[in-house]
Amino acid sequence: MKIAVCVSHVPDTAAKINIAGDGKGIDQTGVTYVVNPYDEFAIEETLKTKEKLGGETVAISLGGEANKETLRKALAMGIDSAVLLKDESYRDSLSVAKALAEEIKTQNAELVFFGKQSVDFDNSVVGQMTAELLGYNCISVVVDFKLEGNKVIAEREIEGGKEVVETLLPAIITAQKGLNEPRYASLKGIMSAKKKVIEEKPAAAATNFVDAVTMKRPAPKQAGKIVGTDATAVPELIRLLHEEAKVI
Amino acid sequence: MGNKILVLLEQRNGQIKKASLEAVKTAYDLSSKLSCESEAIVIGNDIENMESIGNYGIGKVKHYKHSDLQNYSPSAYSKILAEHAKETGASIIIIPNTSLGKDLAPRIAAKLDAGLAMDCISLDIQNSEIVATRPIYAGKVLLDVKLNSTVKIFTLRPNVFTAAMVGESKADIESVNVDNPDLSTKVVEIKKSEGKLDVAEAEIIVSGGRGMKSAEHFNMVEELAQLLGAASGASRAVVDAGWRPHSEQVGQTGKTVSPTLYIALGISGAIQHLAGMRSSKYIVAVNKDKDAPIFQIADYGIVGDIFEVVPAMIEEIKKIKS
Repeated sequence: MKIAVCVSHVPDTAAKINIAGDGKGIDQTGVTYVVNPYDEFAIEETLKTKEKLGGETVAISLGGEANKETLRKALAMGIDSAVLLKDESYRDSLSVAKALAEEIKTQNAELVFFGKQSVDFDNSVVGQMTAELLGYNCISVVVDFKLEGNKVIAEREIEGGKEVVETLLPAIITAQKGLNEPRYASLKGIMSAKKKVIEEKPAAAATNFVDAVTMKRPAPKQAGKIVGTDATAVPELIRLLHEEAKVI
Repeated sequence: MGNKILVLLEQRNGQIKKASLEAVKTAYDLSSKLSCESEAIVIGNDIENMESIGNYGIGKVKHYKHSDLQNYSPSAYSKILAEHAKETGASIIIIPNTSLGKDLAPRIAAKLDAGLAMDCISLDIQNSEIVATRPIYAGKVLLDVKLNSTVKIFTLRPNVFTAAMVGESKADIESVNVDNPDLSTKVVEIKKSEGKLDVAEAEIIVSGGRGMKSAEHFNMVEELAQLLGAASGASRAVVDAGWRPHSEQVGQTGKTVSPTLYIALGISGAIQHLAGMRSSKYIVAVNKDKDAPIFQIADYGIVGDIFEVVPAMIEEIKKIKS
């Protein structure tokens, strides 16, 4: 079985994000990029599934030259091969999904893992969209995954609990934190990843339906008052919450 | 061509969720600004109080009914919703940004080849076009977007739009039985976290951070939360340490929340945590470090020892509640 994992290259969550002068993008100064955190769970589940059932694994990423760093990390963790769908320009989620769907078709992958969302644009949609475009089944926000023959049994996180969902391959699974513990790349893995060739091809063209108009900062929150410096301030705090803010 | 708005009502156990009422009221406001019709769709089996949607501004509800549709089925729900939208010529589709809505909306967008704006915190009309504002980078930045597709889909962040009644009227309900729903992907069981409120839905959240010092001390967080009818939350540090489950994590790799009141106990306020909770209406912080970044966004703070302050808070709130 061929198992694919789709990965994105995003600013570190610890990065301070500033808006660029044109108001359309972010200022790249001092921003370090990492593998999208949720994609690490997707990579780990891909590797675990291969270790159990055999098969071949491929990592796919859409973006610029810099995405190769994330693909190398996937290779270093143990993914067999990597494909970069090259496109430096802005794409909305559906247009990303269309290009990924084309490549998944080419790869003939029956099972595909995604992170549940990229921590840059926070849409959490590309996995489900790609599945629809391919006619694959899809379970999103998965914290437990089992494959029995071609039957998928997964648990997805919902408000106040989990849904146990069943479906069949071919399928797309989007990974939530808690699914597994991503492994560290071994030194051997890192060395062999350096030697591997990342296949590059242009991303399939698609129209954008979402126009990014402008970026802005959220209204600054004013620092409020320090009510006190020990437990004697508590009655006043509770009074403020009860009478001034009226929230308790 | 005129617009037509369609709102998805989400039901769980036959109850219409509050986030759906927020979506209905938002659709009502948009329909008056755009002078267009709006209607609602709900998928399930036995659903209570569908008529009450009329009070929030939508007079017509189509109910797709089947005993296997009481629980969510991504395959069946997405087919029914997409086909209904096509048949009725809906041009604007509004969906609550809940776990169900987040799963469903992208499927509909792909089926209808439509533009999609997720997790919107405002929908504004500019030159008769909708401009949606959505937080990105977990709220470190807000992005305004416009959709240029024929069908436009928006999901609304819960607790941000108000679910105000606009009058008293009963909605007309049209129920149709669904033949052979596509159950190729279906929920077979729901495992509830015992008696716990979810941070994503709670009006009040009490969160603990590394300053709680151990997993055991979280009983203080839970006691305060229970007293306030609040959900208990956690910072990434304590989730990574295994003290709390990931479902409680607030922040960039956890949940982004907008409760009315957020109480941060022993949380210093890492940038990725602040991003996930800064849109809370009121923020209270208790931390012994006066320079902790959390105080920069807190409405009320106590610089002090949580192990003294929190028990005092519990006592004081008990007084108010009694």
